[in-house]
Amino acid sequence: MATREEITSGLAEILEEVAGVNPDDVAEGKSFTDDLDVDSLSMVEVVVAAEEKFGVKIPDNEVQNLKTVGDAVSYIEANH
Amino acid sequence: MSNVDVVVTGLGATTPLGGDVASTWDALLAGRSGVGRLTLDWADQLTVKIGAQLKVDPSEVIDRVRMRRLDRSEAIALIAAKQAWADAGLEEAGLDKERLAVSFGSGIGGALTLLNQDDILEESGQRKVSPHTVPMLMPNGPAAWVGIELGAQAGVHAMASACATGAEAMSLGLDIIRSGRADVVVAGGTEAVIHPLPYAGFANMRAMSTRNDEPEKASRPWDKGRDGFVFGEGSGAIVLERADHAKARGARIYARLAGAGITSDGYDIVQPDPECKGGARAMAKAIRDAGLTGADIAHVNAHATSTPVGDMGEIIGIKASIGTHPVITSTKSMSGHLLGAAGALESIATILAIRDGVVPPTINLDDPDDKLDLDVAAHKARPLEIHAAMNNSFGFGGHNVALVFTRA
Repeated sequence: MATREEITSGLAEILEEVAGVNPDDVAEGKSFTDDLDVDSLSMVEVVVAAEEKFGVKIPDNEVQNLKTVGDAVSYIEANH
Repeated sequence: MSNVDVVVTGLGATTPLGGDVASTWDALLAGRSGVGRLTLDWADQLTVKIGAQLKVDPSEVIDRVRMRRLDRSEAIALIAAKQAWADAGLEEAGLDKERLAVSFGSGIGGALTLLNQDDILEESGQRKVSPHTVPMLMPNGPAAWVGIELGAQAGVHAMASACATGAEAMSLGLDIIRSGRADVVVAGGTEAVIHPLPYAGFANMRAMSTRNDEPEKASRPWDKGRDGFVFGEGSGAIVLERADHAKARGARIYARLAGAGITSDGYDIVQPDPECKGGARAMAKAIRDAGLTGADIAHVNAHATSTPVGDMGEIIGIKASIGTHPVITSTKSMSGHLLGAAGALESIATILAIRDGVVPPTINLDDPDDKLDLDVAAHKARPLEIHAAMNNSFGFGGHNVALVFTRA
């Protein structure tokens, strides 16, 4: 069972790989689109990579609810 | 003949000979070959194991994250176009982007992405296919990316005429400026499909050289030992500008694009007309369009790809439309055949030949074809005062494009 910190750091790795986001900028309160500049196509890649990394399924209708890094951490924590 | 003068104010390229125009031109004048044994593991399984790979990989110029969204052909189009744009100094000049157009094509387009993503689909299923796949493989992708990068708002055009594409891009750029739709056009060609599938297809057509043990000698236009073209990758870009616009901002002018001629063979999907009738008509049209006569053309950068039929047909065409006097060369002997980018790179070579007064060599012409009765700058670069020169490009499907450049 990964902690919230571990999930955040795992997401930071994915965001750096896919979208070039500086890992130091990744925190639970940050919005993917407004703060981290992740566009919709990159978000698709982030989701697919997160599913693989954390062994979760993130359906398309859930993705729209994941506005912030914290939203994604909570979803992964609850579902993996 | 048009009363609107169009000049060349910027050049850019990334090729098997160098990562920019200066290094590419130096290599061409020195007679260096960009052809080598392929450094890709699949080559061992194919009959053709050689190619002209980029000297500088685009990943050395464009950052890793951006490269994930670009087909290789798009990445190198961006590199060449940005070089040409910077060379022309138009950003500093404050060009109105509503007067800027793009004319940029590819012979095969984003096939590398198509094939790689198909592998992922087959192996891992839909979910793993990149969401960037479609904009990476679409044939207008390179032109569109160049337009976005430069902010062009007067129209972005992508043409596909196989190995005539790069030259057709120049011709369309000329038309756009003459029509008054734009003051500046970034025109070019790009190609990057060194992959086993196109290799297998071209090899099975028996179109490619199999001189695997002597790669640097494989591209040998007009030589008796020629056995096909050498597949290459690269991109070239040229900034075309209305002459009075360029002069008003004090731009450095390389040459004029004085005329263009386009014809089609209406003959065969891959075989060129053996007497080059369509090619000769394109050359004659380009000369007329430039307001010149054949006698004015001092130099021809020929299409000559090192194939048995095509090379000698073009000789017939040059004699019919220009005469026996021009000094000709095929820079493909060094660069390999860049397909959709060939006409762009060879236009650059033609422009620099005029500027520097020197014809780049045709290497490997050790044993000329018995029917070769024109003056080729064989083995070594040839100093030559040039007022007007031609670049020819012909493509599968029977596309013929001739361009006439003159001294500014």
